[in-house]
Amino acid sequence: MSGRTLPAAVRRGLTLWRRSIQARVVLSTVVLSALVLIGVGWFLLQQTRDGLLDHRVSAVVAEANEETRSARLALEGALGTDLDASTQRTELVNPIIERGAVRGFSVALMKPGPEQSGGTSIFSPGLDLASIPDSLREHFVDHTTTARTFTQINAGGAHPESVPGVVVGSTIRLPADGSVYTLYYLFPLDEEQETLNLVTRSLATAAGVLLVLVAGLTWLVTRQVVTPVRMAREVAERLAAGQLQERLRVRGEDDLARLATSFNQMASNLQRQIRQLEELSRVQRRFVSDVSHELRTPLTTVRMASDVIHDAKQGLDPVTARAAELLQTELDRFETLLTDLLEISRFDAGAAVLDPEDVNLVDVVHRVVESSRLLADQRGSTLIVRAPDEPCLAEADVRRVERIVRNLVGNAIDHAESGDVLIIVAHDDQAASVAVRDYGVGLAPGESAMVFNRFWRADPARARSTGGTGLGLSIALEDAHLHGGWLQAWGRPGEGSQFRLTLPRHLGQTLRHSPIPLVPTDAEEKV
Amino acid sequence: MSQPVESVSKGRVLVVDDDASLAEMLTIVLRQEGFDSLVCDRGDRAMAAFHEYRPDLVLLDLMLPGLDGIDVCKEIRSESGVPIVMLTAKSDTIDVVLGLESGADDYIVKPFKPKELVARVRARVRRLDPPGNDTLSIGDVQIDVAGHSVTRGGRAVNLTPLEFDLLVCLARKPWQVFTREILLEQVWGYRHQADTRLVNVHVQRLRSKIEHDPENPEVVITVRGVGYKAGTS
Repeated sequence: MSGRTLPAAVRRGLTLWRRSIQARVVLSTVVLSALVLIGVGWFLLQQTRDGLLDHRVSAVVAEANEETRSARLALEGALGTDLDASTQRTELVNPIIERGAVRGFSVALMKPGPEQSGGTSIFSPGLDLASIPDSLREHFVDHTTTARTFTQINAGGAHPESVPGVVVGSTIRLPADGSVYTLYYLFPLDEEQETLNLVTRSLATAAGVLLVLVAGLTWLVTRQVVTPVRMAREVAERLAAGQLQERLRVRGEDDLARLATSFNQMASNLQRQIRQLEELSRVQRRFVSDVSHELRTPLTTVRMASDVIHDAKQGLDPVTARAAELLQTELDRFETLLTDLLEISRFDAGAAVLDPEDVNLVDVVHRVVESSRLLADQRGSTLIVRAPDEPCLAEADVRRVERIVRNLVGNAIDHAESGDVLIIVAHDDQAASVAVRDYGVGLAPGESAMVFNRFWRADPARARSTGGTGLGLSIALEDAHLHGGWLQAWGRPGEGSQFRLTLPRHLGQTLRHSPIPLVPTDAEEKV
Repeated sequence: MSQPVESVSKGRVLVVDDDASLAEMLTIVLRQEGFDSLVCDRGDRAMAAFHEYRPDLVLLDLMLPGLDGIDVCKEIRSESGVPIVMLTAKSDTIDVVLGLESGADDYIVKPFKPKELVARVRARVRRLDPPGNDTLSIGDVQIDVAGHSVTRGGRAVNLTPLEFDLLVCLARKPWQVFTREILLEQVWGYRHQADTRLVNVHVQRLRSKIEHDPENPEVVITVRGVGYKAGTS
């Protein structure tokens, strides 16, 4: 579901990613640069922070030690018993608190270990004692050495929020009650934090600017390469669309210029070849047209003369009459041959054009069967049509389709050896098909492809009985190809043959299968 | 060459063809069928022969020295409606349509059988004179059948006999849609092997003469997939 309901913006982005080298290069450069910048920035920040903290911590520890030392000195100078413990604590700590207030640190005096009830703790006003981590307090239960740790200080007053800081603790023994107390010095690190923030901000800004610069640079650089490629693509598309005079502009002597030069050479060669072919085709068509005219005029005269003689043959002696008859039939054959030859040359010249309309193959088959019935009767063959009741439509040139079917039927009658000729019509939503089956001599293996060759004869020794020109099937094949259709043959010696014409339902569609199997069903079991 | 007995002649045919043998053969065949004929072997002399001979029909080859058959056809058409049958060696659509559009009534492709030629010549010369002397009308087109004249909005329209026959055929049964095959049979007189392009081209020519706007015909209407019929109104 997510794939279908992707937002339009995302789809556009993906399309851009797929189709634009420029976008891909720019984006990957930016991503890689960003990774590098993040790494470098992180390293720099670590270094800066460590440096700052080390410096500050050592200063802080020194200051705390100094305070503790002077406190110890003060205690040693004091008498053990003249004051009670609480007064002594206050007198000891208050001066430190005052100094801390001036210098910016907080102070707390506590017994070691977890906080006990009873106000033995003295601390800077407003200081939240939770700022001293428990772990540090635990530390002084067992140890008396100076220790420090980082924490969040909530000192109240001037610092209402908690700020990062460092806590230094050291122990002193109070003579008044003889117990050990811990003095905590809490030094805020907000200045260091601010410095660090500033450095981070500067680094981030610098990285951002650098990224934009890198993106812009990459965009400009790839544009230099991609623009000529895009131009080449456009020109190639126009060339492919038939605008053969299109050329690329050549500038400079770099790789792109050489690409353009080669491209232009290729285009020129193509153009020349196509011109030549067009010229050849034009000459060929012209030639066909001229031959047509030049041959047909004398043939017409001969034809008419023959007819006049033929009509008057009652008055002729039998030999001359027979000669007139032969002249007549052979003229018919000659005429058909000439027509077929001209048709073939028209195909060869690429001058054959379709005149398409919706053709009902059932009608075509019935028309052909009607006109071939006389010939079939003479040969003792019966034409059987097996066609559906509904029309089998195909977008085709009715004249050509009828010629194909007439050829197939005529061919089948020729080779049926007085057997039946079965004509099957079928269709589906993709294609319409006509198959012509005979039960005559059949075809030897390998012959089913050769039958469509021009002037091919199954048996050269066999006499040609029906004045076929030997071009009928070749023309039929060309006609079928012109429609984007198939014309195929199947045959087996002694079992007859089947010729199948398949036409796409609509012109321009690609055929994938035929509604009629090429090998007839009544021959399959013997495979 | 022409037959001396005028009464026997069924009509006079002008044969315009540069091929001497074919022209002579045509003459022989035509004479057998009772037609008188005259041969002209150059395109540029065809008009003179036409004026002099006053034929009932012209057999015109397409390829002629001097003047092209198409041009000869146009010249004859510009001054006369006499039937013209083109002899052509090219059966390609463009050539046929070009010939018909220049004014030919019919065409016959070489090589043809003499009987075929004679049938066409007869069909064109012995025109089936429409019976009745009535006046027909389609829209504002008035057809005087007996007088062989057509007027549109009071102005005379000059039609060839073939175009006239075509119009009368449609006008007599304005309720009927004529297929191209039926028109070929009734107007041209063919039963078989006819080319329906003949009908298309002549309907176009007829429209260009009698329609106000040939692009949107009102008199001769196309019925898609069937044929033609006379306009109502």
